[in-house]
Amino acid sequence: MSDPTPQTVDTATQLVKWSPQAKATLKIPYRSDLIGDPDTGVISGGVVTTLLDHTCGHAVAMAMTQAGPLATLDLRIDYMRAAKPGLDVTAHAHCYKLTHSIAFVRATAYDQDIGDPVATAQAAFMLTAAGPEPDHLDDA
Amino acid sequence: MSEAAQERLQTLLARMPYAAFLGLRADLAGEEMTMVLPYRPHLIGNPLLPAIHGGVLGALLEITALAQLSFGHGFERQPRPIDVAIDYLRSGRPVDTFARARVKRLGRRIANVQAEAWQETPSRPIASLHGHFHVAQRARGQGGR
Repeated sequence: MSDPTPQTVDTATQLVKWSPQAKATLKIPYRSDLIGDPDTGVISGGVVTTLLDHTCGHAVAMAMTQAGPLATLDLRIDYMRAAKPGLDVTAHAHCYKLTHSIAFVRATAYDQDIGDPVATAQAAFMLTAAGPEPDHLDDA
Repeated sequence: MSEAAQERLQTLLARMPYAAFLGLRADLAGEEMTMVLPYRPHLIGNPLLPAIHGGVLGALLEITALAQLSFGHGFERQPRPIDVAIDYLRSGRPVDTFARARVKRLGRRIANVQAEAWQETPSRPIASLHGHFHVAQRARGQGGR
């Protein structure tokens, strides 16, 4: 998870901080081609979705004792307010529970103050230590 | 399908830089809109499988829901997401992805929308979304549908 992936390279996602306490902080710098509503210059909700998903994945990776592939099972996002045009969007995630096969994560996205969030998220990930589970990936 | 709706749809995508960044396009067949996310290497989130980034699939579903709302109805401004819940059902392979949305209920201020994404066939969805959007209805007499 720590390696850059094509999508995060393209959105210029930056790792701000991570910690062994199953937490991670990532940032996407403001950029005009990531705008969702040209009338307001506000970054697309989809960018925030991608950032939250990725930051949650990083937090899970920090929680795991052994690195392994992950698959997002579900991601639920509440959008509190629009991100302010011109400002970077940062996300902070905490993997608060890790079972044998599932990781539960909460995350917050903000532009200036984590106490005034742009969005919050709750996600569940499947740990696929022995490689991707055929069921989830291809049941053909 | 009215030309006005088709025009609204193309305008929405053309004016959304992030839709261009993802390479999205919309296909209309009668009343039915299908959003297409052509495969490109920069969409990959897991290079090992490889699989399309989960966030990108979430964004595709969200924009599909927005586009379905906007093309079926004329709003004063772009609908804004309030909350979305995304289920990931299968991994997104490095091929083109398609999505369609249904407006379950459209109120004066809130729209309830569902969307699904697939690759080979709609009967095998790879991800689904359920969300609420804040909409600003046109004042009566200003047109719309």
